[in-house]
Amino acid sequence: MGEVSYLNHEDSMAENLSDKHQDEPHANSESNPNVDLDKRNFLIASSVVGAIGCATVAVPFVKSMTPSERAKAAGAPVEVDISKIAPGTMMTVEWRGKPVWIINRTPEMTAELDKHDAQLTDPSCEVTSQQPSYCKNADRSIKPDLAIIVGICTHLGCSPGAKLQPKGDMGDTWPGGFFCPCHGSKFDLAGRVFKGSPAPINLVVPPHKYLTDNTLLIGVDTEVKA
Amino acid sequence: MTVKTELKQNKSAGTNLSQNVLNWVDDRFPLTSNIKAHLTEYYAPKNFNILYYFGALSLLVLVLQILTGIFLTMHYKPDAELAFGSVEYIMRDVPWGWLIRYMHSTGASMFFIVVYMHMFRGIIYGSYRTPRELLWLFGVGIFLCLMGEAFFGYLLPWGQMSYWGAQVIVNLFSAIPFIGPDVSEWLRGDYLVSDATLNRFFAFHVIALPFVLVGLVAAHIIALHEVGSNNPDGIEIKKNKDKETGIPLDGIPFHPYYTVKDVSGAVVFLTVFSTVIFFAPEMGGYFLEANNFVPANPLVTPAHIAPVWYFTPYYSILRAVPPFPGIGIIGIPPSLFPGVAAMGLSVMVFALLPWLDKGPVKSIRYRGTLYKKWLAAFVVSFVVLGYLGTEPSNIWGQFGGYLGNADRATVVARFFTIVYFAFFILMPWYTKKDKTLPVPERVTG
Repeated sequence: MGEVSYLNHEDSMAENLSDKHQDEPHANSESNPNVDLDKRNFLIASSVVGAIGCATVAVPFVKSMTPSERAKAAGAPVEVDISKIAPGTMMTVEWRGKPVWIINRTPEMTAELDKHDAQLTDPSCEVTSQQPSYCKNADRSIKPDLAIIVGICTHLGCSPGAKLQPKGDMGDTWPGGFFCPCHGSKFDLAGRVFKGSPAPINLVVPPHKYLTDNTLLIGVDTEVKA
Repeated sequence: MTVKTELKQNKSAGTNLSQNVLNWVDDRFPLTSNIKAHLTEYYAPKNFNILYYFGALSLLVLVLQILTGIFLTMHYKPDAELAFGSVEYIMRDVPWGWLIRYMHSTGASMFFIVVYMHMFRGIIYGSYRTPRELLWLFGVGIFLCLMGEAFFGYLLPWGQMSYWGAQVIVNLFSAIPFIGPDVSEWLRGDYLVSDATLNRFFAFHVIALPFVLVGLVAAHIIALHEVGSNNPDGIEIKKNKDKETGIPLDGIPFHPYYTVKDVSGAVVFLTVFSTVIFFAPEMGGYFLEANNFVPANPLVTPAHIAPVWYFTPYYSILRAVPPFPGIGIIGIPPSLFPGVAAMGLSVMVFALLPWLDKGPVKSIRYRGTLYKKWLAAFVVSFVVLGYLGTEPSNIWGQFGGYLGNADRATVVARFFTIVYFAFFILMPWYTKKDKTLPVPERVTG
């Protein structure tokens, strides 16, 4: 783009110049006999070099807006004591600035999970980016009762609200799950998205591992035995 | 006798002095010729009506926003730890700080009110038609710039609405195929909205965009004064000029006629503006949202989030368009790009008006009923979408199972989204088919 406009600009400049110098000896262009091709080529070449120079200088400015080293370093794993979460409730912890939900699902809640597969966009978790391989199962978890989910909607990044209990203000068909206040996306208790939601895919299950029965480490993968 | 002569001499000496100064300046800077070209010898049609106040009022609000903005930056801190507190400090401890901030926050909403009226005026009188296409495009540029200003500015108080609004809008960019996620990370400068985001939004809000905005406004006015103002009859006053003077017969000098008129318009406007500032600066949550009085919390999204009223028609369109479901077999992932693209289009489509309108007349006064019906349908869509955008999508409950338990409000929003776009897409057809009235030679009333 920039080069093209430079060229046009030079064309008109060259013409203006040649008007003033009708008797210039270097009159050898086909379209305009008064154009000095040497000068024109020099102008084109220097414009190209100038444009490349400008583009190169732009790089540091554009790069300065990417996440800083400090921001990159702020991703440490988080250790959580999960002994205090009563069945049927949840807690939220912060990991890399994002909310991570730890939901203690009751047996009724887990039983409910495979009853509404037909209403889900991706019931069997085929989109691999949304959970680690060790959570690609019916409950999307290591332990069936404990769901670990990043509480950020896959639509536009709001944090959905918990509607853990079935029915209620969510309508009589609601099996329990999460409802995003921003654009109305609905997720079940394994963070799987219901069809018709603006959110395209399931919520993310972060990498995590259990250090002991009651201690969870978020941000580090469980070693998978090959 | 001598005294009288002396006075007379002094007077003429004074006139000579000011004339000499003016001559001195004019030899070095085109002052007189510019005053003539843009004020005293710029001939505007004599039949401007009340809708023609809003251009001048936009300029007034721009000046107010820049002035109040300068004074706010003297006390505001663009730091995630300090921002919320510094706004409260302005409201409580800075002498008259509350007034300056309310002028700025009310000014933002007023800016959109006057600009929407100004755009509506342009649409109904065909002010975007030849030869004013570029004038209209500069205007669309100003509108986009204004939306950017409003968005960047809204993050600065660092309240809950600021935070989650920015989170949503920046994430819109991640829906762009292939480059999206990198673009939104680059805009945020972090993996989530954070101090880095706040700091750069401050830079955009107070330096980058104001410069672009002022430049575009200058281009808008220069283009206007080149082609001349349109008028409610949509006819060119330059076609009927006085044969001797070359002045349009239906034109009157902008100064003093319209400067005086615009000043009286400004008085009425400022009365309304002050009433809002003093009696309803939050405007029931429409100008300043209740949740923004809570500091930003990255872990909790407020139960009901909505953009400020001037963005809600486009936001409704975003919500109404369903995501692309994805094609599992050939590996195309699901995507929310359709909604984002529709929202972008709903704003950008205004730029196409000069080329979509094929009507033989410019002004609504000489259009037929077909155009008027479509325009009415568009206005209704804009208002209904605007209203729905301020409310949660389940506000009207759900349809029964026969409609897949869809939210009633979402279905209504989808219908009006279609009407919104149909107004533009079908415009070449219905403006051509429309039965128009004959246009008079000279301006009326």
